[in-house]
Amino acid sequence: MDARFWLLQTFNALSYGALLFLLGSGLSLIFGVMRIVNLAHGAYFLLGGYVALSVIWSTGSWALALPAAAVAVAAIGLLMERIFLRPLGFDPLRQVLLTVGFAFLFQQGALDIWGGDNMDIAPPAALTRSVLVGGLYLPVYRIFMIGLATVIGVALWLAMEKTRMGAAVRATVDDAQMARGVGIDTSRISMLIFALGSALAALGGVIGGAFLGIYPGLDFQILPIAFAVVIIGGMGSLTGAAIGALVVGLADNFGKALFPEVSYFTLYAPMALLLAVKPTGLFGRE
Amino acid sequence: MNVSLIRNRRNLLAVLAVLLLVGVLTPHTGPFLTLLVTRALVFAILAMSLDILLGFTGLASLGQAAYLGVGAYLTAILATRYQFGLGWSFWIVIVLGALAGAATAALFGLIAIRASGVYFLMITLALGQCVWGLAYRWNSLTGGDNGLNLPGRPTFGIAMASDLNWFYLVFGFFAVSLGILYLLVLSPFGRSLEGIREQEVRMRILGYNTWLHKYLAFVIAGAFGGLAGVLWATTNGHVSPEDVVLTTSVDALLMVVLGGSGTLVGGAIGSAVVLFLREYLSTLVPWWQYALGGVYVLAILYLPGGLMSVPVRLRQWRARETGAATLAAAPQ
Repeated sequence: MDARFWLLQTFNALSYGALLFLLGSGLSLIFGVMRIVNLAHGAYFLLGGYVALSVIWSTGSWALALPAAAVAVAAIGLLMERIFLRPLGFDPLRQVLLTVGFAFLFQQGALDIWGGDNMDIAPPAALTRSVLVGGLYLPVYRIFMIGLATVIGVALWLAMEKTRMGAAVRATVDDAQMARGVGIDTSRISMLIFALGSALAALGGVIGGAFLGIYPGLDFQILPIAFAVVIIGGMGSLTGAAIGALVVGLADNFGKALFPEVSYFTLYAPMALLLAVKPTGLFGRE
Repeated sequence: MNVSLIRNRRNLLAVLAVLLLVGVLTPHTGPFLTLLVTRALVFAILAMSLDILLGFTGLASLGQAAYLGVGAYLTAILATRYQFGLGWSFWIVIVLGALAGAATAALFGLIAIRASGVYFLMITLALGQCVWGLAYRWNSLTGGDNGLNLPGRPTFGIAMASDLNWFYLVFGFFAVSLGILYLLVLSPFGRSLEGIREQEVRMRILGYNTWLHKYLAFVIAGAFGGLAGVLWATTNGHVSPEDVVLTTSVDALLMVVLGGSGTLVGGAIGSAVVLFLREYLSTLVPWWQYALGGVYVLAILYLPGGLMSVPVRLRQWRARETGAATLAAAPQ
């Protein structure tokens, strides 16, 4: 347990946190805008990975797989929101259960199309090398993950803070009824955010597919972790999602390395306690 | 509607008749279906325990599998480590399982009952994941990913190793649980729970300690969850983290909503439908999960009252039809 151990674990935690940010930010925005607990979010992650695999098989291009998966899954999310979730109106329990029903349907669909094997999404050769930084060998791919999540995070933050649309989204998060009152089309905002959230989850699936693998059941394995991110950070807040992703990344990595037998407990128990003390999370607005 | 479904004498007779039918017919359906019905009955106890929270108190919990897990792991650990619960001591394990479920719920309730609505959903999800995390990772106690294999079902006078004997015992536990929970929801305590579901603030103003009512309901639900866990472990002869995953909690919730929340027996019907689709249909066709997902989606979209509301809905529909017919036939 020397300095190298701590540095390397912190680096791994950061890169895992980057992946969790992609997964959690979408879930957080969806909850913030629509108050929907989307239990199909793990399925979006998994579907993103599968679509990317198909694109890679047919075109050989990993770079093309990223946008293709994002667009395809965004379309699925958008249809789900338009056709099924929106007509339900505000009824949290029925919405939650409906998203689970879809998660099961997606699971079976993915199994039929892509089979039950565990598959990896191989990144291009340029990203599979390692570089020597300060005496540590760091995989380029993990550096790329951190970079991509940072770029997306900054872009989202700018869009939310500096554009008219972003202001409308923030207004909807704070008070949807009031936002409608001042002429914001909250229905359109919900649609956009749902599509954006699904696309982010799908990107996470493609990126994460390289080291988590892509297999049936991953959807419900990753889902609680996404919720940990959102709950710790606070629902509906981008900054919160980023902090939550970091915290969960660190807790998960160090938990597994230091106390393997209780590692998940050390992740979820603080989450439950935090929720009890401050239901809106560390950075949530209410 | 919930109230009438439960208090109606005719409905009560119908439930008793169906129970009798299940008890009499199941043994003649062959070993596969007998075991399937046994498993459905165990899950029905879990679903009914959740209905106390969801249907009668208005608390949607996404962590009910935790109590099933506590009961199941307790049974497995006692049996494999201490060879306890393989004879008459099984009855002590039953009590211990229910107590362990109640104790876990008593602890979790302190954290969860503060929240309501979507936040309650999330807290119970997190608490359920705590139990899953321990089951999955605490190798030295729980066997980790592989789980624990029980040495076999208990023998006390009669050998429970026989699936048929075991079915009768589980059936008995189910019937007793249904009876106790039925009396509970009819009691003044159960009535206050329904009051809290409808108008929590008003109940508080009337002087009810709503926190305590919800807390007690949570603990009682945990006790029955623990009981279901003991039966679940003994039925399968195996426990693993798979029994405690989030999807098990989700399943329990869907069973209640599918059958009809606030009706108790709705949870049992939901459990039967889901286990039938999952374990019987899956042996026949490869697309069974489409059927399961489809049933969920359709029921949530078009049948908010669950399957238990079908007779009422049919009656309403027929009344409307005949009403329209008389109206059309009436002279202008």
